[in-house]
Order: sequence, then structure tokens, then C-alpha cells
Amino acid sequence: MERKPTSKVVSEKVGELTETVQDSQAWNSIFRPGSVFRKGYSDSPRNRSYVIMNSVLYHLHPVKVKRHAVKVSYTLCLGGLSFFLFILLTVTGIFLMFFYRPTAAAAWSDISSLQTSVAFGLLVRNMHRWGAHLMVLSVFLHMARVFYHGAYKSPREFNWVIGVILLTLTLLLSFTGYLLPWDQLALWAVTVGTNMMGFTPVFGSQVRFVLLGGAEIGTDTLLRWYVLHVLFVPFVTVIFMAIHFWRVRKDGGISGPL
Amino acid sequence: MTEIPEHLRKRAEAAREKAASKASDAGDAAEAGADAAAAGSSEASSEAASKIPAHLLDRSKSAKARKAAGGGDSDDSSGGGGVAVATAPAAAAVATATAPVMTGPGGNTQRLLTVVKAGSIQDVKAKPQDKVHVWPHLIVVEFVAALAVTAFTLLFSVFVNAPLLELANFNQTPNPSKAPWYFLGLQELLTMFHPMVAGVTIPGIGIFALILAPYTDRNPSNKPEDRKFAVSLFTVHMMFWAVLTMIGSFFRGPGFNFVFPWVDGLFFEL
Repeated sequence: MERKPTSKVVSEKVGELTETVQDSQAWNSIFRPGSVFRKGYSDSPRNRSYVIMNSVLYHLHPVKVKRHAVKVSYTLCLGGLSFFLFILLTVTGIFLMFFYRPTAAAAWSDISSLQTSVAFGLLVRNMHRWGAHLMVLSVFLHMARVFYHGAYKSPREFNWVIGVILLTLTLLLSFTGYLLPWDQLALWAVTVGTNMMGFTPVFGSQVRFVLLGGAEIGTDTLLRWYVLHVLFVPFVTVIFMAIHFWRVRKDGGISGPL
Repeated sequence: MTEIPEHLRKRAEAAREKAASKASDAGDAAEAGADAAAAGSSEASSEAASKIPAHLLDRSKSAKARKAAGGGDSDDSSGGGGVAVATAPAAAAVATATAPVMTGPGGNTQRLLTVVKAGSIQDVKAKPQDKVHVWPHLIVVEFVAALAVTAFTLLFSVFVNAPLLELANFNQTPNPSKAPWYFLGLQELLTMFHPMVAGVTIPGIGIFALILAPYTDRNPSNKPEDRKFAVSLFTVHMMFWAVLTMIGSFFRGPGFNFVFPWVDGLFFEL
């Protein structure tokens, strides 16, 4: 009796198994039509539409966009990259939260031991820091790009307003995070910053008191800025980002071409 | 801006082509029919030229015949009933004979009253736009951009460590004390203005002016050549701000005094 080569047998078995799995109810309930993992995916206009419509992430996008909207030279990807950096910062930030206690006694030594005795601790902290600076930069450049394209003009006036709010929120996110390492750089940078805000007319000292959680920077300030940094400001930012992205579509996609 | 879906547009184009080819066919048929009409069979030509189904033509013909017969009936009713019965077939025969006369030049049984162009009734604002599928064209660009930024951040983080100075100490003020880099423009302003002006008024007005930009800029064009004033105003402010930030970052040393970084070194931490 002639025997088939083992490799052929194996590939046949794998093919059969794939067939069975992809035909199963479980598989088809997980991957909606248009998923590249679904059986029978082929490159057709119908499937291209399904990919966008049936993915929770991609359906932020419409199924189709103006041809010029995919040109990198127009947007420089700055808005999308700001959003992506926000996600990157969320992921790295969650990692850092596992090793950090927001008290004056523990904060600095937590960061210090994170860098020396936690696997990838130093790398993730670096990424969080540099990513944050990069995000401030990319949000700022995004604003400049939008201005130079006149993209804030009707019907996109309000989305520009949302965008300016998002810019200030980004600065707030970065600034609240600045204090958390509780080193000399953090303490004095924040001292300079909050002293400036203390000069708000009429209720300057109240503003300063609310920001610091006391008359001077201390462990209460650290807790306050920690909650602002990891929960409150990101929460508000996500809401404004949702409105921002939604309005991009409602206002007819991105502006242009010039 | 809505767009006409591509498949609908294609369908409409196909239908239009089909109609055009049919019309030319019908024209040929009409010519052939004209020859036939000369031979006496005008019905065939009218049927071929018009797209009116045969059974409708028959129905209208018989209706006309009946009407003609009825007309004869009423005319003759004053004379006598018996004659009417006799003339009815004759009238019908006449009607049948005159039916082709009542048709139009092309043998059509309907008349063209007027041509109304679509644009005069419906103002269709949507123009078909050149669009591409987000998958794969846009997703690929986004994916590559995200990957590039991740790679850049990762590599940069491998080689450059984030600063962690010594533990915060209230009794030891570093000299100089600097704010984060994006506030160094403001700190630079502190050297020129009262803290309330530098720290609150100017940034407040700046943010407010930015928010109001779309409402103060009444120029509807987004072409750079049409908005030289807006572009130059924005650029001047951005440059002014960038220069302030850079002076604050690199050219301020102990006591926040002006220094040259290549002489006294860099007093700047990210």
C-alpha cells in the first residue's frame, strides 16, 4: 500500500480542521461578516464595507472617504497620531499605576524601584514620558495644520472649539503628570506653574488652594493631581475626543482639498 | 455633501446606455415603418416607433371606434333609430380608417407638450465625489503611522532615560526653577510683565482668541492665496511663541538670567 507523504497528510488535516473551526457556530458568532478571519473573505466592495461597519474600532471611520483624505501630505496623520499617543499613554500609564503610590513618602521611591527592579519598568516609564511630550507636540502641530488649511471654517467652526479645549486638556494632562515622580524637577516645575495660576484676578488664592489641596504643595497635592491625571482629565478628554471625532464625520469628513 | 453611491451611479449609466441603444434601434424601425406605411400598413410603423404596448393601442383604437359609433348614433337619433344601427358599422369602419391620421408625425398616439429639464424642478446639490474605501486605503496609512510612532517612542525610550532627579526637597530651590517646556513661553513673559498679565491675562486671551478664530475669520475661502492675512497673523504669533519658548528653554540660566547655552551650558530638563 502506498503511503502519502507526512507533510501532505498534515496539511490536509490542518485544512480540515480549519474548515471545521471556521464553519462552527462559535467562530461565526465571534467574527462578523467582513472579518478577514471569517471563512470566504475575499476582496470585494461588499466585504470592504463590512470590514469597517462590523468592527468596533474601524467604524469610527465611514466606509468611504474622499480620495484626497487618505493623502498623508494633507493631514500628516497628526490628529490620528495624537489619538494613538493617547492610547499608548493610557496603556503605559496603567502599567505604571501598578507600581505607584501617590503619597509624598512613597512616590519617589516607587518610581526609583520601578526603574531598577521591575521588568521593563524603566522602558515603560520612558515611553510614558516621551510619549506625553510627543502628544503635546502632535496636538499642537495638528492645530497649526488645521489652521493653515482653513479647516475651521463653516461647517467646522464648533469642532475647532472642541479642538482648542482638547489642546488645553492635553496640556493639563501633561502638567498634572509632571508632579507625580515627586522629584526636584516635578516639585519646582509645579511650584512655578501653580504660582502663576495664583495670580488669577479676584479669586487667585482660592484657585491656588483648590489646585494644591492646601496652602502649600504637599502629599494632598500629590493625591489630588494623581486623581486628576489618571482619572478625571482622561475621562473628560475621552468625552471631548468622542465629540471631536463624531463631528468630523457629521461635518462631512475632513476638509479640503484646497 | 452626500454622494451618489457608486453602484447606483453605475446602474444609472448602464440604463442610460441601454436606453440610447434602444432609441437608435427604434429610429431604424421607424424608418422601416415609414416605408411600410407607404405600402399601407401604418399600424405596424406606429407600433414600432412608439413604445406603446400593442394591447393598449388596440384598446384605444376600439375606444375611438366606439366613440365614433356613438357620435354617429347621437347625430342620427334625431332622424331615426333604424338608420343609426345601419350606420354604426360604417362609422366604425371610418374610425378605423382615420385612426392613423390622428397619430403624430412619428406615428405616436401621444403628443409632446413640453420638455422639463430635471434641474428646473429638483435642485440636485449632490455631485458624485471621488471616494475610496477606508479599508484598505486609509487603515493601511493609519496603521503604518501608528507603527512608526510606536517604533520611534520605543527606540527613543531604549536609548534616552526619562529624568528622575533627587527626592523633592522644599528647602532646596534649584536654580533656575523652570516650568515644563510648554509653559516656558509663559515663564519668559514673567520677566517682562506683571505675573497676572503674563500668567493669566495673556494665555487667557490667547486661548480665547483661538476659540473665536472661526467666528472672527469671515473669509469663506480656504485657499492659502486668499487668506494671506490670516496665515501671516497666525504664523507671526506662532513664531513669537516658539521663540519665547526656546529662549525660556535654552537661553535662561541661574536666576533666570539670559545665557548662551554654548557658553554656560544647558539648563533644561524634559
